[in-house]
Amino acid sequence: MKNIFNFLANPSRFRIFAKNVYPFSLIGMFIFIFIGLWFSLYNSPPDYQQGETVRIMYVHVPAAWMAMMVYLSMTIMSIFSLVWRHPLADILSKCSAPIGAMFTLIALVTGSIWGKPTWGTWWVWDARLTSVFILFLIYMGHIALVRAFEDEYKGARAGAILTLFGAFNLPIIKFSVDWWNTLHQPASVIKLDGPSIHIDMMVPLVLMAFGFLFFYFSFLLINVQTELNHRKLKKLFIKKLN
Amino acid sequence: MNIAKLKRRKRLSVIFLAFIAISISGFLILTASRDSLIYFYSPTELLEIKDVNNKVIRIGGLVKEESIISIGSSKIEFIVEDGKNYLTVNYFGILPDLFREGQGVICEGKLDKNGVFLADKILAKHDENYMPPEVADALRDNGNWKGEE
Repeated sequence: MKNIFNFLANPSRFRIFAKNVYPFSLIGMFIFIFIGLWFSLYNSPPDYQQGETVRIMYVHVPAAWMAMMVYLSMTIMSIFSLVWRHPLADILSKCSAPIGAMFTLIALVTGSIWGKPTWGTWWVWDARLTSVFILFLIYMGHIALVRAFEDEYKGARAGAILTLFGAFNLPIIKFSVDWWNTLHQPASVIKLDGPSIHIDMMVPLVLMAFGFLFFYFSFLLINVQTELNHRKLKKLFIKKLN
Repeated sequence: MNIAKLKRRKRLSVIFLAFIAISISGFLILTASRDSLIYFYSPTELLEIKDVNNKVIRIGGLVKEESIISIGSSKIEFIVEDGKNYLTVNYFGILPDLFREGQGVICEGKLDKNGVFLADKILAKHDENYMPPEVADALRDNGNWKGEE
Protein backbone atom coordinates (compact mmCIF):
# COMPACT_ATOMS: atom_id res chain seq x y z
CA MET A 1 0.00 0.00 0.00
CA LYS A 2 2.75 2.41 0.95
CA ASN A 3 4.57 1.51 -2.26
CA ILE A 4 1.51 2.30 -4.41
CA PHE A 5 1.19 5.60 -2.60
CA ASN A 6 4.86 6.48 -3.12
CA PHE A 7 4.63 5.42 -6.75
CA LEU A 8 1.66 7.69 -7.49
CA ALA A 9 3.03 10.59 -5.47
CA ASN A 10 5.36 11.47 -8.33
CA PRO A 11 3.44 14.06 -10.42
CA SER A 12 4.58 12.83 -13.84
CA ARG A 13 3.71 9.23 -12.94
CA PHE A 14 0.36 10.43 -11.62
CA ARG A 15 -0.25 12.15 -14.95
CA ILE A 16 0.06 8.81 -16.79
CA PHE A 17 -2.11 7.17 -14.11
CA ALA A 18 -4.76 9.91 -14.50
CA LYS A 19 -4.76 9.53 -18.26
CA ASN A 20 -5.31 5.77 -18.05
CA VAL A 21 -7.91 5.74 -15.27
CA TYR A 22 -9.96 8.68 -16.57
CA PRO A 23 -11.95 6.75 -19.26
CA PHE A 24 -13.00 4.08 -16.75
CA SER A 25 -14.10 6.71 -14.27
CA LEU A 26 -16.10 8.45 -16.99
CA ILE A 27 -17.81 5.17 -17.96
CA GLY A 28 -18.63 4.53 -14.30
CA MET A 29 -20.10 8.01 -14.03
CA PHE A 30 -22.36 7.59 -17.07
CA ILE A 31 -23.56 4.12 -16.03
CA PHE A 32 -24.42 5.14 -12.46
CA ILE A 33 -26.01 8.47 -13.39
CA PHE A 34 -28.10 6.96 -16.21
CA ILE A 35 -29.37 4.04 -14.13
CA GLY A 36 -29.73 6.36 -11.14
CA LEU A 37 -31.78 8.88 -13.12
CA TRP A 38 -33.95 6.14 -14.53
CA PHE A 39 -34.73 4.94 -11.00
CA SER A 40 -35.12 8.51 -9.69
CA LEU A 41 -37.48 9.73 -12.38
CA TYR A 42 -39.45 6.63 -13.43
CA ASN A 43 -38.86 3.61 -11.27
CA SER A 44 -39.40 4.93 -7.75
CA PRO A 45 -42.55 5.76 -5.79
CA PRO A 46 -43.71 9.26 -4.86
CA ASP A 47 -43.45 10.20 -1.19
CA TYR A 48 -46.50 9.91 1.10
CA GLN A 49 -46.24 13.60 2.03
CA GLN A 50 -44.23 15.40 -0.62
CA GLY A 51 -45.55 13.50 -3.64
CA GLU A 52 -43.39 13.86 -6.74
CA THR A 53 -41.31 16.66 -5.21
CA VAL A 54 -39.31 13.95 -3.45
CA ARG A 55 -37.42 13.33 -6.71
CA ILE A 56 -35.42 16.53 -6.18
CA MET A 57 -33.83 14.72 -3.24
CA TYR A 58 -32.05 12.28 -5.58
CA VAL A 59 -29.95 15.17 -6.86
CA HIS A 60 -29.93 17.36 -3.76
CA VAL A 61 -28.72 14.82 -1.19
CA PRO A 62 -25.86 13.27 -3.25
CA ALA A 63 -24.70 16.79 -4.21
CA ALA A 64 -24.69 17.81 -0.54
CA TRP A 65 -22.79 14.65 0.43
CA MET A 66 -20.23 15.28 -2.29
CA ALA A 67 -19.88 18.94 -1.26
CA MET A 68 -18.73 17.68 2.15
CA MET A 69 -16.76 14.69 0.84
CA VAL A 70 -14.72 16.86 -1.53
CA TYR A 71 -13.98 19.27 1.31
CA LEU A 72 -12.92 16.38 3.55
CA SER A 73 -10.51 15.11 0.89
CA MET A 74 -9.15 18.66 0.48
CA THR A 75 -8.60 18.79 4.25
CA ILE A 76 -6.58 15.56 4.16
CA MET A 77 -4.61 16.85 1.17
CA SER A 78 -3.89 20.08 3.05
CA ILE A 79 -2.38 18.18 5.97
CA PHE A 80 -0.15 16.28 3.52
CA SER A 81 0.72 19.56 1.88
CA LEU A 82 1.61 21.38 5.10
CA VAL A 83 3.42 18.57 6.92
CA TRP A 84 5.06 16.59 4.12
CA ARG A 85 5.24 19.48 1.59
CA HIS A 86 3.82 17.28 -1.10
CA PRO A 87 3.40 18.97 -4.52
CA LEU A 88 0.78 16.44 -5.70
CA ALA A 89 -1.34 17.13 -2.60
CA ASP A 90 -1.35 20.84 -3.54
CA ILE A 91 -2.43 20.05 -7.08
CA LEU A 92 -5.21 17.65 -5.99
CA SER A 93 -6.52 20.20 -3.51
CA LYS A 94 -6.44 23.04 -6.06
CA CYS A 95 -8.21 20.89 -8.67
CA SER A 96 -10.88 19.66 -6.21
CA ALA A 97 -12.08 23.09 -5.05
CA PRO A 98 -14.05 24.12 -8.18
CA ILE A 99 -15.78 20.71 -8.29
CA GLY A 100 -16.68 20.98 -4.61
CA ALA A 101 -17.98 24.52 -5.11
CA MET A 102 -20.19 23.28 -7.95
CA PHE A 103 -21.63 20.45 -5.83
CA THR A 104 -22.35 22.95 -3.05
CA LEU A 105 -24.10 25.28 -5.48
CA ILE A 106 -26.21 22.38 -6.86
CA ALA A 107 -27.18 21.41 -3.29
CA LEU A 108 -28.14 25.00 -2.46
CA VAL A 109 -30.16 25.59 -5.64
CA THR A 110 -32.01 22.23 -5.64
CA GLY A 111 -32.66 22.62 -1.91
CA SER A 112 -34.18 26.02 -2.56
CA ILE A 113 -36.41 24.63 -5.33
CA TRP A 114 -37.53 21.84 -2.97
CA GLY A 115 -38.04 24.26 -0.08
CA LYS A 116 -40.57 26.46 -1.87
CA PRO A 117 -43.30 23.80 -2.32
CA THR A 118 -42.47 21.89 0.88
CA TRP A 119 -41.67 24.51 3.50
CA GLY A 120 -43.28 27.46 1.76
CA THR A 121 -40.08 29.47 1.38
CA TRP A 122 -37.09 29.58 -0.96
CA TRP A 123 -34.57 30.34 1.73
CA VAL A 124 -34.25 30.83 5.49
CA TRP A 125 -31.16 31.62 7.55
CA ASP A 126 -31.31 28.54 9.76
CA ALA A 127 -28.13 26.82 10.97
CA ARG A 128 -28.02 24.13 8.25
CA LEU A 129 -28.67 26.38 5.28
CA THR A 130 -26.33 29.09 6.56
CA SER A 131 -23.46 26.67 7.27
CA VAL A 132 -23.73 25.17 3.77
CA PHE A 133 -23.74 28.68 2.31
CA ILE A 134 -20.55 29.38 4.31
CA LEU A 135 -19.05 26.18 2.84
CA PHE A 136 -19.74 27.62 -0.62
CA LEU A 137 -18.04 30.90 0.33
CA ILE A 138 -15.00 29.01 1.68
CA TYR A 139 -14.74 27.08 -1.60
CA MET A 140 -14.89 30.35 -3.58
CA GLY A 141 -12.32 31.90 -1.24
CA HIS A 142 -10.02 28.92 -1.74
CA ILE A 143 -10.34 29.09 -5.53
CA ALA A 144 -9.43 32.80 -5.49
CA LEU A 145 -6.69 32.59 -2.86
CA VAL A 146 -4.74 29.74 -4.48
CA ARG A 147 -4.66 31.64 -7.77
CA ALA A 148 -3.87 35.04 -6.23
CA PHE A 149 -0.13 34.34 -5.83
CA GLU A 150 2.45 34.55 -8.57
CA ASP A 151 4.31 31.74 -6.84
CA GLU A 152 2.26 28.50 -6.99
CA TYR A 153 3.96 27.21 -3.87
CA LYS A 154 2.84 30.20 -1.76
CA GLY A 155 -0.67 30.00 -3.16
CA ALA A 156 -0.91 26.33 -2.27
CA ARG A 157 0.35 27.02 1.27
CA ALA A 158 -2.22 29.77 1.82
CA GLY A 159 -4.95 27.55 0.36
CA ALA A 160 -4.02 24.65 2.64
CA ILE A 161 -4.19 26.83 5.76
CA LEU A 162 -7.58 28.21 4.67
CA THR A 163 -8.83 24.66 4.07
CA LEU A 164 -7.79 23.52 7.55
CA PHE A 165 -9.49 26.50 9.20
CA GLY A 166 -12.61 25.96 7.12
CA ALA A 167 -12.73 22.27 8.05
CA PHE A 168 -14.42 23.26 11.32
CA ASN A 169 -17.49 24.01 9.29
CA LEU A 170 -17.90 20.31 8.36
CA PRO A 171 -19.07 18.99 11.76
CA ILE A 172 -21.22 22.12 12.08
CA ILE A 173 -22.98 21.31 8.79
CA LYS A 174 -23.43 17.65 9.71
CA PHE A 175 -24.71 18.18 13.26
CA SER A 176 -26.43 21.58 12.89
CA VAL A 177 -29.78 19.83 12.52
CA ASP A 178 -29.26 17.97 15.82
CA TRP A 179 -27.65 20.74 17.89
CA TRP A 180 -30.03 23.59 17.09
CA ASN A 181 -33.66 23.94 16.08
CA THR A 182 -33.58 24.27 12.31
CA LEU A 183 -36.15 24.34 9.56
CA HIS A 184 -34.12 21.69 7.73
CA GLN A 185 -35.03 18.15 8.80
CA PRO A 186 -32.50 15.87 10.58
CA ALA A 187 -30.48 13.21 8.73
CA SER A 188 -32.43 10.35 7.13
CA VAL A 189 -29.68 8.06 5.87
CA ILE A 190 -26.48 8.48 7.88
CA LYS A 191 -27.64 8.19 11.48
CA LEU A 192 -27.20 5.87 14.45
CA ASP A 193 -30.55 4.05 14.49
CA GLY A 194 -30.52 3.18 10.79
CA PRO A 195 -31.99 4.99 7.79
CA SER A 196 -35.58 6.25 7.94
CA ILE A 197 -36.04 6.12 4.20
CA HIS A 198 -37.81 3.38 2.31
CA ILE A 199 -35.64 0.93 0.34
CA ASP A 200 -37.32 1.88 -2.99
CA MET A 201 -36.12 5.44 -2.44
CA MET A 202 -32.75 4.40 -1.04
CA VAL A 203 -31.81 2.59 -4.30
CA PRO A 204 -31.93 5.65 -6.61
CA LEU A 205 -30.28 7.74 -3.89
CA VAL A 206 -27.30 5.38 -3.55
CA LEU A 207 -26.96 4.99 -7.34
CA MET A 208 -26.92 8.76 -7.80
CA ALA A 209 -24.39 9.11 -4.97
CA PHE A 210 -22.02 6.71 -6.77
CA GLY A 211 -22.65 8.56 -10.04
CA PHE A 212 -21.68 11.84 -8.37
CA LEU A 213 -18.62 10.22 -6.80
CA PHE A 214 -17.43 9.09 -10.24
CA PHE A 215 -18.28 12.56 -11.55
CA TYR A 216 -15.86 13.96 -8.97
CA PHE A 217 -13.14 11.44 -9.88
CA SER A 218 -13.53 12.08 -13.61
CA PHE A 219 -13.38 15.85 -13.35
CA LEU A 220 -10.57 15.71 -10.80
CA LEU A 221 -8.52 13.55 -13.19
CA ILE A 222 -9.12 15.98 -16.09
CA ASN A 223 -8.30 18.99 -13.91
CA VAL A 224 -5.09 17.38 -12.63
CA GLN A 225 -3.92 16.57 -16.15
CA THR A 226 -4.64 20.13 -17.25
CA GLU A 227 -2.82 21.56 -14.25
CA LEU A 228 0.23 19.33 -14.77
CA ASN A 229 0.36 20.14 -18.49
CA HIS A 230 0.03 23.82 -17.68
CA ARG A 231 2.95 23.67 -15.25
CA LYS A 232 5.06 21.74 -17.72
CA LEU A 233 4.37 24.35 -20.42
CA LYS A 234 5.24 27.14 -18.04
CA LYS A 235 8.56 25.47 -17.21
CA LEU A 236 9.38 25.00 -20.92
CA PHE A 237 8.49 28.61 -21.61
CA ILE A 238 10.74 29.89 -18.82
CA LYS A 239 13.56 27.65 -20.04
CA LYS A 240 13.17 29.05 -23.55
CA LEU A 241 13.26 32.63 -22.26
CA ASN A 242 16.50 31.96 -20.47
CA MET B 1 16.89 11.67 13.71
CA ASN B 2 17.55 13.93 10.76
CA ILE B 3 16.48 17.56 10.48
CA ALA B 4 13.81 17.00 7.83
CA LYS B 5 12.07 14.51 10.07
CA LEU B 6 12.25 16.86 13.07
CA LYS B 7 10.77 19.68 11.03
CA ARG B 8 7.96 17.45 9.85
CA ARG B 9 7.20 16.43 13.42
CA LYS B 10 7.17 20.08 14.46
CA ARG B 11 4.74 21.03 11.69
CA LEU B 12 2.49 18.13 12.59
CA SER B 13 2.40 19.16 16.25
CA VAL B 14 1.64 22.78 15.30
CA ILE B 15 -1.34 21.59 13.25
CA PHE B 16 -2.42 19.34 16.11
CA LEU B 17 -2.22 22.16 18.68
CA ALA B 18 -4.05 24.54 16.34
CA PHE B 19 -6.73 21.89 15.93
CA ILE B 20 -7.26 21.65 19.70
CA ALA B 21 -7.21 25.44 20.18
CA ILE B 22 -9.71 26.06 17.40
CA SER B 23 -11.95 23.21 18.59
CA ILE B 24 -12.14 24.68 22.09
CA SER B 25 -12.72 28.24 20.88
CA GLY B 26 -15.24 27.01 18.33
CA PHE B 27 -17.12 25.13 21.00
CA LEU B 28 -17.21 28.19 23.27
CA ILE B 29 -18.37 30.50 20.48
CA LEU B 30 -21.11 28.12 19.39
CA THR B 31 -22.31 27.53 22.96
CA ALA B 32 -22.36 31.27 23.69
CA SER B 33 -24.28 32.17 20.54
CA ARG B 34 -26.86 29.41 20.81
CA ASP B 35 -29.72 31.92 21.03
CA SER B 36 -28.98 33.38 17.62
CA LEU B 37 -28.22 30.01 16.06
CA ILE B 38 -31.54 28.37 16.82
CA TYR B 39 -34.09 29.18 14.18
CA PHE B 40 -37.19 28.85 16.35
CA TYR B 41 -38.27 28.33 19.96
CA SER B 42 -40.52 25.53 21.09
CA PRO B 43 -43.42 26.61 23.33
CA THR B 44 -41.45 25.29 26.34
CA GLU B 45 -38.31 27.23 25.41
CA LEU B 46 -40.44 30.33 24.91
CA LEU B 47 -41.47 30.25 28.60
CA GLU B 48 -37.84 30.68 29.66
CA ILE B 49 -37.35 33.82 27.60
CA LYS B 50 -38.45 37.17 28.96
CA ASP B 51 -39.18 40.22 26.89
CA VAL B 52 -40.86 38.55 23.94
CA ASN B 53 -43.78 40.96 23.66
CA ASN B 54 -43.81 43.04 20.48
CA LYS B 55 -40.66 41.40 19.17
CA VAL B 56 -40.66 39.34 15.99
CA ILE B 57 -39.81 35.77 16.94
CA ARG B 58 -40.30 32.29 15.52
CA ILE B 59 -41.93 29.42 17.32
CA GLY B 60 -42.13 25.81 16.19
CA GLY B 61 -43.83 22.57 17.14
CA LEU B 62 -46.56 20.21 16.03
CA VAL B 63 -50.03 21.39 15.04
CA LYS B 64 -52.29 19.85 17.67
CA GLU B 65 -54.84 17.30 16.46
CA GLU B 66 -58.31 18.78 15.89
CA SER B 67 -57.18 22.24 16.92
CA ILE B 68 -57.51 24.06 13.59
CA ILE B 69 -60.46 26.47 13.59
CA SER B 70 -61.27 28.56 10.52
CA ILE B 71 -62.50 32.06 11.28
CA GLY B 72 -63.96 33.76 8.25
CA SER B 73 -62.50 33.20 4.79
CA SER B 74 -58.74 32.83 5.31
CA LYS B 75 -58.14 33.51 8.98
CA ILE B 76 -57.34 30.46 11.07
CA GLU B 77 -56.57 29.63 14.64
CA PHE B 78 -54.68 26.55 15.80
CA ILE B 79 -52.56 25.21 18.64
CA VAL B 80 -48.82 24.49 18.39
CA GLU B 81 -47.58 21.98 20.95
CA ASP B 82 -44.27 20.35 21.82
CA GLY B 83 -45.49 17.61 24.14
CA LYS B 84 -45.17 19.67 27.34
CA ASN B 85 -46.55 23.09 26.57
CA TYR B 86 -48.70 24.66 23.90
CA LEU B 87 -49.45 28.01 22.33
CA THR B 88 -52.46 29.34 20.44
CA VAL B 89 -51.61 30.80 17.03
CA ASN B 90 -53.67 33.19 14.90
CA TYR B 91 -52.86 33.49 11.23
CA PHE B 92 -54.26 35.31 8.22
CA GLY B 93 -52.89 34.33 4.81
CA ILE B 94 -51.87 31.50 2.53
CA LEU B 95 -50.79 28.21 4.12
CA PRO B 96 -48.10 25.87 2.75
CA ASP B 97 -49.37 22.60 1.20
CA LEU B 98 -47.90 20.44 3.95
CA PHE B 99 -49.69 22.35 6.70
CA ARG B 100 -52.06 19.98 8.49
CA GLU B 101 -52.84 18.58 11.92
CA GLY B 102 -50.01 16.59 13.47
CA GLN B 103 -47.51 18.20 11.12
CA GLY B 104 -44.41 20.15 12.20
CA VAL B 105 -44.80 23.88 11.70
CA ILE B 106 -42.81 27.09 12.21
CA CYS B 107 -44.61 30.41 12.75
CA GLU B 108 -43.01 33.84 12.52
CA GLY B 109 -44.71 36.71 14.27
CA LYS B 110 -45.36 38.37 17.62
CA LEU B 111 -46.81 37.29 20.92
CA ASP B 112 -49.67 39.52 22.10
CA LYS B 113 -50.55 40.45 25.68
CA ASN B 114 -53.02 37.60 26.06
CA GLY B 115 -50.41 35.00 25.15
CA VAL B 116 -51.79 34.42 21.65
CA PHE B 117 -49.19 34.21 18.91
CA LEU B 118 -50.04 36.41 15.92
CA ALA B 119 -48.24 34.86 12.94
CA ASP B 120 -47.24 36.76 9.81
CA LYS B 121 -45.63 33.81 8.09
CA ILE B 122 -46.06 30.06 8.37
CA LEU B 123 -43.53 27.45 7.21
CA ALA B 124 -44.21 23.72 7.14
CA LYS B 125 -41.46 21.59 8.65
CA HIS B 126 -40.73 18.31 6.96
CA ASP B 127 -39.67 15.27 8.98
CA GLU B 128 -36.86 12.84 8.10
CA ASN B 129 -39.15 9.96 7.02
CA TYR B 130 -39.40 9.12 3.35
CA MET B 131 -41.73 6.36 2.12
CA PRO B 132 -44.25 5.54 -0.61
CA PRO B 133 -47.94 6.29 0.22
CA GLU B 134 -48.86 2.57 0.28
CA VAL B 135 -46.22 1.88 2.92
CA ALA B 136 -47.47 4.80 5.01
CA ASP B 137 -51.03 3.44 4.80
CA ALA B 138 -49.91 -0.08 5.70
CA LEU B 139 -48.00 1.22 8.73
CA ARG B 140 -51.04 3.15 9.92
CA ASP B 141 -53.29 0.12 9.43
CA ASN B 142 -51.20 -2.29 11.45
CA GLY B 143 -50.45 0.26 14.16
CA ASN B 144 -46.71 0.55 13.57
CA TRP B 145 -46.90 4.24 12.75
CA LYS B 146 -44.04 6.08 14.40
CA GLY B 147 -44.03 9.33 12.48
CA GLU B 148 -46.11 12.43 12.84
CA GLU B 149 -49.84 12.66 12.09
